[in-house]
Amino acid sequence: MSLFDKKISELHELLHKKEMKVSELVDASFSRIQQVDEKVKAFLTLNEEEAREQAKYLDSKMGTDEMRGLLFGLPIGIKDNISTKGLRTTNGSKLQENFVPVYDATVIQKLKEAETITVGKLNMDEFAMGSSNENSGFFQTRNPWNTDHVPGGSSGGSAASVAAGEVLFSLGSDTGGSIRQPAAFCGVVGLKPTYGRVSRFGLTAFASSLDQIGPITNTVEDNAYLLQAIAGHDPMDSTSANVDKQDYTAALTGDVKGLKIAVPKEYIGEGVDEDVKNRVMEALKVLEGMGAEWEEVSLPHSKYGVATYYLLASSEASSNLARFDGVRYGVRADDAKNLLELYNKTRSEGFGDEVKRRIMLGTFALSSGFYDAYYKKAQKVRTLIKNDFDQVLDKYDVILGPTTPTPAFKIGEKTDDPLTMYANDILTIPVNLAGVPAISVPCGLSNGLPVGLQIIGKAFDESTIYRVAHAYEQATDHHQNKPNL
Amino acid sequence: MSRISKEEVKHVAKLARLNMTDEEADMFSKQLDDIIGYAEQLNELDTDNVEPTTHVLDMKNVLREDEVKPWLSNEEALKNTPDKQNGLIKVPAVLE
Repeated sequence: MSLFDKKISELHELLHKKEMKVSELVDASFSRIQQVDEKVKAFLTLNEEEAREQAKYLDSKMGTDEMRGLLFGLPIGIKDNISTKGLRTTNGSKLQENFVPVYDATVIQKLKEAETITVGKLNMDEFAMGSSNENSGFFQTRNPWNTDHVPGGSSGGSAASVAAGEVLFSLGSDTGGSIRQPAAFCGVVGLKPTYGRVSRFGLTAFASSLDQIGPITNTVEDNAYLLQAIAGHDPMDSTSANVDKQDYTAALTGDVKGLKIAVPKEYIGEGVDEDVKNRVMEALKVLEGMGAEWEEVSLPHSKYGVATYYLLASSEASSNLARFDGVRYGVRADDAKNLLELYNKTRSEGFGDEVKRRIMLGTFALSSGFYDAYYKKAQKVRTLIKNDFDQVLDKYDVILGPTTPTPAFKIGEKTDDPLTMYANDILTIPVNLAGVPAISVPCGLSNGLPVGLQIIGKAFDESTIYRVAHAYEQATDHHQNKPNL
Repeated sequence: MSRISKEEVKHVAKLARLNMTDEEADMFSKQLDDIIGYAEQLNELDTDNVEPTTHVLDMKNVLREDEVKPWLSNEEALKNTPDKQNGLIKVPAVLE
């Protein structure tokens, strides 16, 4: 059994009893990376020297009353769109391949306070745009369960690194499903917190009204520990919510008796793979057996989610990505004769096709004459989608369904057709539009590939999501399935 | 009829500060046309009396005290700048 098959709480106990050193954990992480990352290709940048130094420093604190951090000595990987002081942060883009931030994102500061050890930065679709990791400016990360398949995107590196046992846990970001979809594809646990729950300060903005940072872990319990460390109001982020943080680990009671679950018929209808549907129905039976009640409901505007999302997210992206022009940071194109040529050459050479496609779509949707027809229309439909969720969550504790319509698809299978690729996010996107929290937990396999169960909750009620997810996990052994690398 | 012509794609690219070859404009006009065509399903919905949602949280402006606080030094702020001189960012001439 690998050290990384243990839960955070178990490893912590070993550290606190001095039965293991932090250096051993960090060694285990780097030796696993050396062993499997050639196949998985999850890491863009390793932080080996600093991680080992920090491990030695934390080893010296062991057994003293300075050993206080919530996640003391535990190795973590960070998605490469989160700013890490002194550690290269590329956003998965050639345009930023030389960028070394001079400050830490708030979540990184919080992880430092919790005394985690950053092992490295993880591959992603360029500027977090994509559902397969095929849009990384560097290389393709592979699914640890079957390396011919995608790990999902855009936090594909974050999910694959945890599934492959290279790190204990990681951070991802989720704009339309970018934590939950790769978590489902790689058979790990991924949470998108309520919008505003976790600070976005230091996260490269893609679609500011939708982006959230969240934890990817092996178990629900680990996930709750990580959220505990990173959640909270941040004056540095004007969209951070000033709402009390719950005690997430205390929510893991295992009790779901009397809990009311809504199952949207749109989530188990047409377009959802039969195997995926069956796994979700089995999960419902498990929860029913534990005393929960469920009913079929409708989220009638779900089918408009993808169109709404691509108009709104692309519009916000076209504005946010205007700052990447080669002037203040990043790679600058050579031989520009004037300033306009510098902008155009830098952006044309630096951005990949998917990023260009979305910038173009957003610029079009916001341009004179089309604003009302596309952008404003999408904002109004967003209201209808949000109202659907509000009405259902008024009567039920959680909404449950699959995370994705199918398990991980093959590399190259959908690259020529952006619309088919976008449709993969049909079950995750409405959650971002409504701003509510949702988790993906493993609920079995289909042809040897993991299937994800999505549990959606009320705004700022991550505790109930964790309660349901944990109870389900305890009653099944899906989370113990590991890929054979 | 195509919803977005090759000429419109080139115009949008100009607004977005992107160069576009003829081949790229061909590819993007087809792909953007497909996506915009798909987005037009939103027209099935009557949204006349619906308020637009720009933000899910009930946002209000938060003002901080006007106090001097330490942040990045000039040297740090320019650390990733591709070209600089005398503590300033250097760019090609704006005026001929």
